[in-house]
Amino acid sequence: MAVMVLSAVALGSAAHAGSDAGAHAGWPHITKPIKGTHCVKPVPYMLRYHFDLLLHQREITLRKGVHGSKYDLTNCISCHVNKNANGQYIPINAPGQFCQSCHEYAAVHIDCFSCHATTPQGGGDDQTAAR
Amino acid sequence: MSDDRNTRETAGDQTGTGGIGRRAFLGAAGAVAVLAPGLGLAAHAFEARPDGVPASSKHRWGMLVDTTKCKSNCHVCVDACNKENGLYEEADPKDTAQYIRKLTVHDPDTGYTHYLPVMCQHCTHPACVAVCPTGASFKRADGIVLVDRHICIGCRYCMMACPYKARSFDEYTEKNQKWYNPRGLGCVEGCTMCAHLVDEGKDPACVTACNKTGGGAMVFGDLKDPTSEISKRVATEQTTQIRADLGMDPGVRYEGI
Amino acid sequence: MKKIEYRELPAWTPGWWALMIGLLVVMAIGLAGALYMETEGHHVTGMTNQIVWGIPHVFAVFMIVAASGALNVASIGSVFGRDAYKPLGRVSGLLAISLLAGGLCVLVLDLGKPDRLIVAMTHFNITSIFAWNVYLYTGFFVVVGLYLWTMMDWTKKRFYKPAATLAFLWRLILTTGTGSIFGFLVARDAYSSAVMAPLFISMSFVFGLAIFNLILLAVYGGSGRPVSPDVIHRKARLLALFMAADLYFVVVQHITAIYWPSRDPVERFILLDGGIYTWLFWGVQVFLGAVLPMALIYRCKQVGRGLLRLVSSLAVVGGFAQVYVIVIGGQAWPLELFPGQQISSSFADGRIHSYVPSAPEIALGLGGIALVLFLVTLVSTALPFFPQALGNAEAETPAVGEAVGQAAE
Ligand code: HEC
Ligand code: HEC
Ligand code: HEC
Repeated sequence: MAVMVLSAVALGSAAHAGSDAGAHAGWPHITKPIKGTHCVKPVPYMLRYHFDLLLHQREITLRKGVHGSKYDLTNCISCHVNKNANGQYIPINAPGQFCQSCHEYAAVHIDCFSCHATTPQGGGDDQTAAR
Repeated sequence: MSDDRNTRETAGDQTGTGGIGRRAFLGAAGAVAVLAPGLGLAAHAFEARPDGVPASSKHRWGMLVDTTKCKSNCHVCVDACNKENGLYEEADPKDTAQYIRKLTVHDPDTGYTHYLPVMCQHCTHPACVAVCPTGASFKRADGIVLVDRHICIGCRYCMMACPYKARSFDEYTEKNQKWYNPRGLGCVEGCTMCAHLVDEGKDPACVTACNKTGGGAMVFGDLKDPTSEISKRVATEQTTQIRADLGMDPGVRYEGI
Repeated sequence: MKKIEYRELPAWTPGWWALMIGLLVVMAIGLAGALYMETEGHHVTGMTNQIVWGIPHVFAVFMIVAASGALNVASIGSVFGRDAYKPLGRVSGLLAISLLAGGLCVLVLDLGKPDRLIVAMTHFNITSIFAWNVYLYTGFFVVVGLYLWTMMDWTKKRFYKPAATLAFLWRLILTTGTGSIFGFLVARDAYSSAVMAPLFISMSFVFGLAIFNLILLAVYGGSGRPVSPDVIHRKARLLALFMAADLYFVVVQHITAIYWPSRDPVERFILLDGGIYTWLFWGVQVFLGAVLPMALIYRCKQVGRGLLRLVSSLAVVGGFAQVYVIVIGGQAWPLELFPGQQISSSFADGRIHSYVPSAPEIALGLGGIALVLFLVTLVSTALPFFPQALGNAEAETPAVGEAVGQAAE
């Protein structure tokens, strides 16, 4: 698992080497995904329509019961979440993290993470389980 | 694709319903389900639904509870549910969400006392769905009654309408939710029949727990599949629905009440 | 009949300022209470998973029911052609709209997710009486708005009668809808009953007229405009009649329920041993809210302002108790999963549920009331809503002579 994540990070950063996403003046710093070379759709599309994708997907997943879609919110998090120096996941809506940086910049408020887990494992009682 | 499923695999490890051994077992089961969705598990009469396939009205998930096997001092089903769904005891028990609870039923005439778990009864004609103004309360094609918390406005009319007291109102800012059960302030919630597990071909957490460490009182299965254990037993044994007089046709049936 | 002259209320007087600032403060406190409840979560309120609708709903239901009742005065004048009531049509419409606005504000601010109000407009579940009410309420604003327009704009005189009829029918349907919110709850023994709809309509007659009377007395007392004793007396007699109707439906509600064996326990609870609810039912709703005021009115040959104020206040207090007993009392009685058996659980099954309203909830409800008064005052200061003088035989009655004299001084 760790090996996979590591290699994914390497891949991800390699893919980003030439990217100038953070170079625009005033544009927020967007964290790099920890895995994957491509997003689920081309980046320009994601920039414009990522919320439409999500809002549409939640109907399909929840109401129709279709699982395993790459447009699931959990899937976004699995790639776009970051880890801190101790190798622990940082909540994706924490300041400066992927789902927060742009939104703060664009003054968009989303309530998704009042319910949705912000790390891939979905938090929960890791500690209790370990006991 | 395997990339896409990564969260679910990871989360599979987390799907603990009781103790380390159990977790390991479920983790392995999750992996099997992922690698060979068509195979299913030997112990179960129903299969995981493959990715991309919607829930179908060919199934009607239900439960059968044999209350004669439900013991007075046992609450493994409740504990398993709380653990599975990431429910915590809140500061005020009156405001704490309970998807499943153990009911003590005492007959004042005969003095007979028995016990049974009560959760969302996943009715065919659910009152909560009928009254919900926005359609957030809905019944999935396979009969599982859920709250679409994306359009729930928190009016609580469903809680007024439900005869089984199956729903709770989330009155706290939640943290540490399970990825498969996003719950949060201001929305109504209730038993999902562990739809996330059922869709993977597994029993709901309460049923698994009851059969493992409890009294073995609960059976889960497809009421529309005549070969399933639950269908056979419903066909041959005397089963009852709670408040059947209200005509909502619950998918949860009981024996011995 | 001579032309009625309508006047704006005098603005910017010290009394006006005091009133408006006072109301704004109450509204601000109410809003703060609502914000606190939303950000902290409903655990800071007295509401629980047992008592899911609390005092905000009592306020809201009271105001919404009263809203349709407040329109009655206008309907009596227009639809039923009683000329004596015509001059009050405008106030009646204004009060109806304001009460509905106040009630809805409280209802919405008590939602778990008030920020999702738009969802209630965009997602519509056809089987939900609640969803229907969303449309009945918005429609009420439109219909009463049109009605007011035909009353105030002489060029639209042609539409006056149709608009009046439409508004009257609409308010009947609206109250039927509000009553049905409870009437359709088959799970709860205290509610599920067809009598809820007519009961709510009769309640609306009482609440609406009582509040209307109080506003009228306050305005005409405060601004020194004359009111004929005849108008006062009529209003009192009408109120007594409405109280009798309300009482009648209350009797029907409980008698039918008692006749139904499975409802015995809940009826026993409300009527005999429900503690606060029994006390509120007999003491406040029935005695203070109906029997006593009816006796006072029928005993009196000529009801004066003081007595009208008293009986109207009693009607409001009794009405509030009535809604409280219905909404809270009905939920305090536990759900009967196994009728005839004693049940218990960690989820408070089989127990009488207790409810103590918390400060923010009460503040929210009072804020709604303040909003109603604020709207009425504001609009009738800006536009001519209140007739200059009230009564058909103005100059002949000494009361009016006095009042005119006072105004002239
Ligand atoms: C397989 C891993 C993966 C998944 C799953 C994924 N992304 Fe991405 N995403 C990426 C990568 C890699 C990039 C950067 C691509 C680039 O810069 O060329 C990216 C870029 C983006 C961007 C543009 C950000 C920028 O740098 O300008 C947005 C917005 C975005 N993703 C949103 C989402 C959302 C929403 C989801 C869930 C529906 C999602 N992504 C799922 C890998 C993923
Ligand atoms: C590249 C910057 C960027 C990133 C990264 C990003 N967003 Fe957004 N998001 C936006 C912008 C800008 C808007 C507002 C667009 C609009 O309203 O037209 C928005 C809007 C939304 C909305 C709709 C809000 C509303 O109420 O209309 C949702 C939901 C959303 N984003 C979810 C996410 C999630 C989840 C992530 C992380 C997986 C994410 N976004 C990452 C820029 C971003
Ligand atoms: C009040 C709680 C709540 C809020 C707020 C919420 N969700 Fe959800 N969401 C849920 C629940 C419950 C599910 C069903 C979980 C499941 O079936 O796995 C879900 C499922 C989803 C799914 C499909 C399953 C998955 O894991 O991806 C998507 C996509 C989704 N939500 C997106 C969003 C977005 C975007 C927002 C913010 C605009 C949001 N949600 C806000 C409760 C919430």
